[in-house]
This record gives sequence, C-alpha cells and structure tokens, in this order.
Amino acid sequence: MSKLVIREEFCKACGICIEHCPPKVLGLSNRVNSKGYNSIELVDEEGCITCGFCYLVCPDLVIDVYKPEKKKGE
Amino acid sequence: MKPVYLRPQSMEDRITHYCPGCHHGIIHRLIGEVIDELGIRGKTIGVAPIGCSVFIYAYFKLDFVVTPHGRAPAAATGIKRSLPSDRIVFTYQGDGDLASIGLAEIIHAANRGENITSIFVNNANYGMTGGQLAPTTLLGQITTTSPYGRKIAVDGYPFHIAELMSNFKGVAYSGRFAVYDPKKIISARKAIKTAFKNQMEGKGFSIVELLSNCPINWRVSVSDSIKFVKENMEAEFPLGVFKGGE
Repeated sequence: MSKLVIREEFCKACGICIEHCPPKVLGLSNRVNSKGYNSIELVDEEGCITCGFCYLVCPDLVIDVYKPEKKKGE
Repeated sequence: MKPVYLRPQSMEDRITHYCPGCHHGIIHRLIGEVIDELGIRGKTIGVAPIGCSVFIYAYFKLDFVVTPHGRAPAAATGIKRSLPSDRIVFTYQGDGDLASIGLAEIIHAANRGENITSIFVNNANYGMTGGQLAPTTLLGQITTTSPYGRKIAVDGYPFHIAELMSNFKGVAYSGRFAVYDPKKIISARKAIKTAFKNQMEGKGFSIVELLSNCPINWRVSVSDSIKFVKENMEAEFPLGVFKGGE
C-alpha cells in the first residue's frame, strides 16, 4: 500500500500540493481524468515523509495520508 | 499502515464544483473535520448563502437550508430558536453575501448575541457572478466593475468585518484567519473549533473570517493568487483574534 492514497478523479491539477511538498516528491502525471485534468502522482515513494502538508493544502480532498508502522527493533 | 490524515466522515464523497485551487474546498474540509472532532454530525444544521458556496449542501452529510441573498443569519436565528437547544446552527457566507447584501442581518444577529456560528469567506470580490467589486475589494484592485482599480472617491474603503463584529457586546468570538499554507490552515481549524464550541457552551455569537483566493476572477494563476492573499490581502486585513479567544 502506498503512503499516499490519491483519488485521481477528484484532482483538478491546481498544483498547490506540489508547491507545498517539503521533500518535493509530488508531480503531475500523464493520466487525464474524466474532467480533463492531469492528476497528481507520488513520484518518489521513498522520499515521502508523510508530513501531510499535501492533505492540509488540498482543496479537493484528493489525498489520504498513511504512515508505515515501525517494525520491532528498529 | 497507520492513517495520518483521512477525509472527514461528515463530508460526501463528491467532486466539488469549485474552480481549481479555490480555498472554499479547504474551508469546507476544516468545517467537516471540526464537526467530526466535536461529534455533532447528527445535530448540526447549516445555512447556505447565495454565491459560489450555494451548493455546500451537496458536500456535507448534514441538513442544510439555502437562504436568499444575505439572509442566512436571520434564517439561522429562526432555526436555532425553534429547535431544541442542543442543535448546532452555523452559517457559511461569502463576502458579497455577508458584507454587502446581508449586512443588516449579520449586524443584528451579532447585536442580539444569537447563539450561532458564522463562517465568513472573504475573497475580495463577487465570485459567482464574475468578479464584480465587493465591499471587501482592496484599494486599486481591478474588478469587472472597477476596471481602473478601486478608488476611495468612488467606492470608499475596504470593509473590515472581523473588527466591526468585535465591537458588539453579544459577540463571543471574532477573528480573522487565512488558509494559504499548512500553519495558517491549522490555526484556522482551531478558530473554527472555538467558534463551534462557544455555541455548544451557549456563549453567544461567533464569527470566523477567512481570507480566500479567487484565481479565476482575479485572472491570475493559482500560485499568484496565493501570493496576492499573502502580500496584499493580509496587509489590508490583519490576521488575529479581535474578541474572545481560547
């Protein structure tokens, strides 16, 4: 499961999340949704720090954020 | 995987009609989060305005009443007074609706100290009708009805609602916030929560003014519109709590 669950149908490609992402791991994809927008995608899964800034600034409820649970002994 | 941020339960799974980058969506989500957090979904009634946010009823799993231009506080007064006192009533209004057409209603509701909550979205123009001059338009700002910029001699000064509301004895809470970056969004959520809590505790009228953008009608890109809110609107409309507080 990905750290970010992105609902591409909801995205309007305003780019606010891409601008605010601290590690700059978000970008626009080549896929076009039914409204005609290129939705966002998580370009670098490893680089995502699950800070949730993208969720906070998104006006269209596109992104849900999940944090990987730490394994024992880590 | 542990969820960090999930969409609010009190919101419908529906694509909004708002333009790309519009702050209405963020403010809707904040209200949804606060309603979830306080656990008041079953007893909250919203009052919608006329403006872009007239379709707000489609995005929440709540009861809504849509009122004529600016009359949301009057309708909210009736709903609040006629139903059992545990019901939570809030209005969601834009600046054309609240600061211009419905100024009488909001002032009298505040002066009576009606136990309701108002969420006031200030985007410095009439959004739905195509970007005309509103009372909150900044000096020098170009709109379709002020093509040479707003002038003091013709249109007067921008209207400061949060400061005006803080002068009434019936008002429990009045503050102005912005939603253009994560830090500001978190403090705006706190303010909305305080405004709803005040109502639950019967403290009186609470209003939260939120500076918003309008990229389409300002005819700028989304990032330029956020810059405009940050640099120009915040200079004219200082953020902060003017009455009440934590």
